[in-house]
Amino acid sequence: MIKGKVVMDADGIDRALTRIAYEILEKNRGVENIVLVGIRTGGVFLARRLADKISAIEKQDIPMGIVDITLYRDDLLKKKKKPLLGKTDIPFSLDDRKVILVDDVLFTVRTVRAAMDALIDFGRPKVIQLAVLVDRGHRELPIRADFVGKNLPSSLWEAVSVNLTENKGKDEVVIEEET
Amino acid sequence: MRLSSKDILGMKDLSVGEIELILETAESFMEVSTRDIKKVPTLRGKTVINLFFEPSTRTRTSFEIAAKRLSADAVNISSSTSSAVKGETLIDTARNLEAMNPDIIVIRHSCSGAPQMLAGLVKQSIINAGDGAHEHPTQALLDMLTIRQKKGRIAGLKVAIIGDIAHSRVARSNIYGLTKMGASVTVAGPSIMMPRGIEETGVTVHHHMKEAVRHADIIMMLRIQLERQDVNMFPSLREYANYYCLNRESLKGAKEDALIMHPGPINRGVEIAPDIADGPSSVILDQVTNGVAVRMALLYLLAGGES
Repeated sequence: MIKGKVVMDADGIDRALTRIAYEILEKNRGVENIVLVGIRTGGVFLARRLADKISAIEKQDIPMGIVDITLYRDDLLKKKKKPLLGKTDIPFSLDDRKVILVDDVLFTVRTVRAAMDALIDFGRPKVIQLAVLVDRGHRELPIRADFVGKNLPSSLWEAVSVNLTENKGKDEVVIEEET
Repeated sequence: MRLSSKDILGMKDLSVGEIELILETAESFMEVSTRDIKKVPTLRGKTVINLFFEPSTRTRTSFEIAAKRLSADAVNISSSTSSAVKGETLIDTARNLEAMNPDIIVIRHSCSGAPQMLAGLVKQSIINAGDGAHEHPTQALLDMLTIRQKKGRIAGLKVAIIGDIAHSRVARSNIYGLTKMGASVTVAGPSIMMPRGIEETGVTVHHHMKEAVRHADIIMMLRIQLERQDVNMFPSLREYANYYCLNRESLKGAKEDALIMHPGPINRGVEIAPDIADGPSSVILDQVTNGVAVRMALLYLLAGGES
């Protein structure tokens, strides 16, 4: 296996998130009715960081939820081995809220499709916007992100991983060829 | 991690890892039942048949709700309205149901071993919803989920199971499950209701309720099953209640934060006093709520996938 190449380091990730936080505020003209929902698991850590940044800028707490998309996957019953089901935790109604859906890597976008179906079961949001740290291309559905940390054109045989302090002990985005 | 068998027949067959997988999955499913829209699309297009040859309110409804909340189609068959009354054998009934291509068959039957027999006969997943005096694995799993939620663990807890141990599939499944998960289980009941050799399952046997209840973290009361007793096992319900009813007096000696459980339906004033069943330590209705999550977890883990 070829050693992974670091395409974004801790400072790069932090600056990208800071920019996204400001872009979210700019696009929505403030924080009114905004909620952040992280897609389990990588998106949850990023959503929490974005919520902290936005709260610090606006001096106001932002509600945050967690969505697990397992039950909404389109390939679930194709496999004998089921993914471990995580908890969804959206302790508020999404009616008329501006929902910022947060994920780490945008790839086939099938995860986002599943997440949107899940969100709509929690009410009728006024708008759903999508924030991702890395957009690596290869969309399979007509869905695109509103806020992107880094565009990272990649080939299908490469793996892009977002490592975060919360789960991997270190902030970095790594691209490597799969063996 | 996945389940090793296509069927859920008893707690005896499940490994510690499988039990943990089921409980973890059930824990995640709890949330679905608290939503305004209590439905996820996971098992769309799957068919679950509930084949009940014995009366049931909780278990049958719970399986039906679990299937529906996962978007599966649930079909209920009860013995009184089935061709069993015309003399069709269980095997023929099962083959005919199989011919309609369901995905999962849930069965309750008064004969111990009926689900095992069907599991070998049809290609569908079989879930045992109670067979005779043998096993009732989904009850044990929901009991274990309840214990874990309230106590944070199962290992190291002292569980007292009291009543008609001999006829109780709930007791048997719980004994297998709880001892596997590291709890210490004590049983108590009249000698005539204590199966021979029960000690071999790793439980401690008492005949006086007080001794079993002492220092217990969990007290699980069993229903007196009049329908399974062909001879009178005790002179009267009143006498039974004198010795084995859980009331304020007999509860003394248990830990202060002991949980009171019962698989239902309860015979008020026979095995449990009303003020205890409805009291603050009782988790009887939490058990029912958790039953839906456990059954959703099992349907989810068993359904679909090419082998």
